[in-house]
Amino acid sequence: MTENILVWVEQRNGQIRKAAGEVLFEARRLCTGSGGKLVAFLAGGNVAQLAATLARYRTDKILVADDPSLESYSTERYTEALVCAVKKENPRYVMAAHTAMSQDLIPRAAARTDSACVTDITELREENDVLRAVHPMYSGKVLGVFELTSPLSFLTLRPNVFPPDLPDEIHESEMEQLAFNPAPVRAQVVATVASTGVKVELSEAPIIVSGGRGIKGPEHWPMLQELCDVLGAALGASRAVVDAGWIDHQHQVGQSGKTVSPKLYIAVGISGAVQHLAGMSSSKVIVAINNNPDALIFQSATYGIVGDCLEIVPKLTSACRTLLSES
Amino acid sequence: MKIAVCVKSVPDTEAKISILADQLTFDHAGIKFITSPFDEYAIEAALQLKERYGGEITAFSLGGEEVVEVLRNTLARGVDNGVHIKDPEFAGADPLTAAKILAAAIDGGDFQLILCGQQGVGGDNSQVPAMLAELLDLPQATLVVALEIEADKFKAHCEIEGAHQIVQGTLPAVISTGKGLNEPRYPSIKGVMAARRKEIVIKDAAALGLSGQLTASQRKVKLIALNAPPARPSGKMIAGDPATQAHQLARLLREEAKVI
Ligand SMILES: Cc1cc2nc3c(=O)[nH]c(=O)nc-3n(C[C@H](O)[C@H](O)[C@H](O)COP(=O)(O)OP(=O)(O)OC[C@H]3O[C@@H](n4cnc5c(N)ncnc54)[C@H](O)[C@@H]3O)c2cc1C
Ligand SMILES: Nc1ncnc2c1ncn2[C@@H]1O[C@H](COP(=O)(O)O)[C@@H](O)[C@H]1O
Repeated sequence: MTENILVWVEQRNGQIRKAAGEVLFEARRLCTGSGGKLVAFLAGGNVAQLAATLARYRTDKILVADDPSLESYSTERYTEALVCAVKKENPRYVMAAHTAMSQDLIPRAAARTDSACVTDITELREENDVLRAVHPMYSGKVLGVFELTSPLSFLTLRPNVFPPDLPDEIHESEMEQLAFNPAPVRAQVVATVASTGVKVELSEAPIIVSGGRGIKGPEHWPMLQELCDVLGAALGASRAVVDAGWIDHQHQVGQSGKTVSPKLYIAVGISGAVQHLAGMSSSKVIVAINNNPDALIFQSATYGIVGDCLEIVPKLTSACRTLLSES
Repeated sequence: MKIAVCVKSVPDTEAKISILADQLTFDHAGIKFITSPFDEYAIEAALQLKERYGGEITAFSLGGEEVVEVLRNTLARGVDNGVHIKDPEFAGADPLTAAKILAAAIDGGDFQLILCGQQGVGGDNSQVPAMLAELLDLPQATLVVALEIEADKFKAHCEIEGAHQIVQGTLPAVISTGKGLNEPRYPSIKGVMAARRKEIVIKDAAALGLSGQLTASQRKVKLIALNAPPARPSGKMIAGDPATQAHQLARLLREEAKVI
């Protein structure tokens, strides 16, 4: 059976979100297997040029809702545009990256169309001709497997989990404007304020260096930031140090912070409480630096160092700097 | 101002989850159930608004017996009414089903504000608030970390990756709360005593006019298994003095793991 997929491509400030690219690649893989059509859907104000760049994800069709009324985000208006695109294309699956904005939009669209919805998916696999989605639950202690047999399912994919492919520079794709009628809305974004002090954003970062109570005090953040700078990493933190006021909540990784899945996660002076693991245990490689050989974090670590992080981290920074400058 | 708060009872995050033989449920024995941590911000926001503007707060919770303690605790914090929605037909409700049930319970209650947590910890779906807003045909703001209410308008700071979006809208509305919105209070002794005397209203499928409509076979999402995650391969400990350890690690990350 051909199973068409429509991907809601999230953009911000005229850029396609990296996680949206991963979803396009995964959708492409599934379509290639099923013979279905891949439709990329981009909504926004003045996004026609950006839409054209989506062809390199080997889309079959690019559907654009380019309207001044979509310039700033409104749940109601975006839901209307997305549902309008869904009705037109009649896909089997609607996919998006699992982000703050998709959490706002996708379930609303699923409710409007009375459809299945599974969020924060870390694996999609085809078994006996049906698609199954895996979603980690209970702090990652359990993997829920959901079968997608409904005629229409909305799915959001965890960033950094699905491998990106090589974009194709020359692919040609059909492009179409979505006729869309912007009705009045009752709530709308009136301003976006960028967070200060965030160099690399956590949820899409390929490498994260996180500090916990073991770094002893906020005066040691520069030490971790230097390692971040050398590795191009984002700075994370445990809840203990967020609650202690050493750093802003937006850096917190875990159950009540962000869920991340980088290729490399370096936990510095973090004990490895289950609520912390909940946010980072799907990382590919985990490094733990802790002075307590019995710390729980070592059970999840790919590489472990028992030692004083205040001593190890500066040495690691210079070792990495040397190694990276050699190549 | 009439405020509805949706609270979910979830296993304590420390709890050991033992999957039962059916591979679809886990053993509730010995598990402590708590108010989903994000719902605590919703409860606190409701209490602060009531302190400021007066009014009445009703908490709604869908679930089995594990809900009762959580509702008592919610009442003990100063919430006025508790509604326990339970029916065997509702067991194992997926988020859309839960939203439909909650919408049926909330609809017609003349609420100016419906507060939810950003995410029910454990299930980690982050779906119910936006679904509820749709089903009740109301505007919404999700993942809210700052909230102002003035007459029939709201202004909410919604956390997105690396930024805040400031959303303005009209009431009634559905708001989902994130960490940082406020500091949830603990119940006082007086509150605990008062909560004992409050009645928890029970509503079943019949009372909500939903008999036979949202049973397991009618749901759109089908859970087919709860699996244990694959064990991570055991790691490598790097020995030596700090300089050797640091050097070794850098080399392994580059040459073996190929991640830097
Ligand atoms: C509902 C709920 C939600 C939660 N959500 C989160 C969450 O989202 N994220 C989160 O992180 N936590 C969360 N927690 C808290 C969690 O349980 C832990 O308390 C927290 O993760 C501990 O932080 P930590 O590892 O920095 O501190 P500690 O547990 O105090 O660990 C510090 C570690 O540093 C080591 N250390 C000390 N000195 C040194 C040194 N010189 N060199 C190297 N190592 C050293 C120690 O051996 C220890 O292992 C939550 C808890 C609850 C109940
Ligand atoms: N069974 C339930 N009873 C009451 N409220 C719920 C229930 N399930 C979800 N909610 C509300 O919806 C929010 C998000 O839940 P979820 O979509 O399951 O992550 C929770 O924080 C609650 O406020």
